[in-house]
Amino acid sequence: MAVTRGFVGKRRTRDPRLPPGQYDARDEWPVLHAEATPRLDTARWTFTISGLVEQETTWTWDELRALPRSRYEGDIHCVTTWSKLGMTFEGVSVDTLLDAARPLPSATHVLATSHTGYTTNLPLADVTGGKAWVVWEAQGHPLTVEHGGPARLLVPHLYFWKSAKWVSGLRLLDHDEPGFWERNGYHDRGDPWLEQRYQGD
Amino acid sequence: MAGWQTATVVSVRAETASARTFRLRLPEFEPHLPGQHYVLRLTAPDGYRASRSYSVASVPDGSPEIELTVERLPGGEVSEFLHDVVVPGDELEVRGPIGGWFVWRVDRPALLVGGGSGVVPLMAMLRAARSAGKADLVRLVVSVRTPEDLYYRDEITGPQTTVVHTRVAPPDEARGVDRLTTADLAPLVRGGEDVFVCGSPGFCDTATDRLTEVGVPERAIRVERFGPSG
Repeated sequence: MAVTRGFVGKRRTRDPRLPPGQYDARDEWPVLHAEATPRLDTARWTFTISGLVEQETTWTWDELRALPRSRYEGDIHCVTTWSKLGMTFEGVSVDTLLDAARPLPSATHVLATSHTGYTTNLPLADVTGGKAWVVWEAQGHPLTVEHGGPARLLVPHLYFWKSAKWVSGLRLLDHDEPGFWERNGYHDRGDPWLEQRYQGD
Repeated sequence: MAGWQTATVVSVRAETASARTFRLRLPEFEPHLPGQHYVLRLTAPDGYRASRSYSVASVPDGSPEIELTVERLPGGEVSEFLHDVVVPGDELEVRGPIGGWFVWRVDRPALLVGGGSGVVPLMAMLRAARSAGKADLVRLVVSVRTPEDLYYRDEITGPQTTVVHTRVAPPDEARGVDRLTTADLAPLVRGGEDVFVCGSPGFCDTATDRLTEVGVPERAIRVERFGPSG
């Protein structure tokens, strides 16, 4: 370990909820995305599950919000090293959506897509079993546009670029297909506890 | 991209009262594209680590060296350490170059829009254009609070560069003080160019709004938001 001369660091008590290399952003919720912030009209907003499913399914904004609600309470971790602890998000479980579309046995991965053209790839197993949501509320308030509103994907056990803002759908695939950041040097899975930040980690 | 390596600080110079440029020599230098960044990691004796991303301001010049310009953020765990402690000869762990999106390949016309410290990756683009003899490809507008807040003051000015001031302007400047306006941007838009916006999240949102108002398609705009991550 290469110790940096003179560095002791400020945050001496490390919260055990923080993965390695992360810091607690506390009251800040930094905004990081690579495209212009879009203005999406919920009257025309849709969410579609397509690809290797028995029944390609599209929900309108009202249809999505009429589904059984599900809540996530816990932490989120951005690859740029901030984490936010004790967050609350509300929306619908991806399990509920996949139950309607019925994935084919050949499906192994998903490509999440956004209304901006953003994409990110995930193993199917990372968005099933109560691990992923489509959310439209954060901390009890409607999700603001800079944080991906009206609705974003939430996959909190992976780095937050996997939680696609302005999500438009999931495409089920029988292979892994790198998304936007993954083509630009970031890791295909992105487990913060393993520090899978960049390709090759 | 190489893994972690230990760079040696070659020089430190002040850009403004709150910004310094650190020139680092790398044992394993990999040429970077303008707009790419490095991650810098500090390690305490007890193993505690803090890392932050910093854009490269320089362009490859034949030496195995890069320049990172760092704004000193009040309370910033890493930036305060870099400003207050680091001197030439110190060793710092870095990893890079990183990023394949907010990069310009010195090929297409580009409009660069920077706010404050957001000018750093854009300066790499301007430098790359000038050193390739393709300065005409680039138009740069940089927004600063006061003339004293302009980075790279002696080098950044020139026919490619427009500086706008939000709080204090030089006495001879007819524009006065204002946030970035459509009147600032409209004369710089040629149509068909790639647009790179970098600065605070608030600056980036304002700039992209003004750009779309003067007819720049959203798809042409690439944004790098500098977060308050210390």
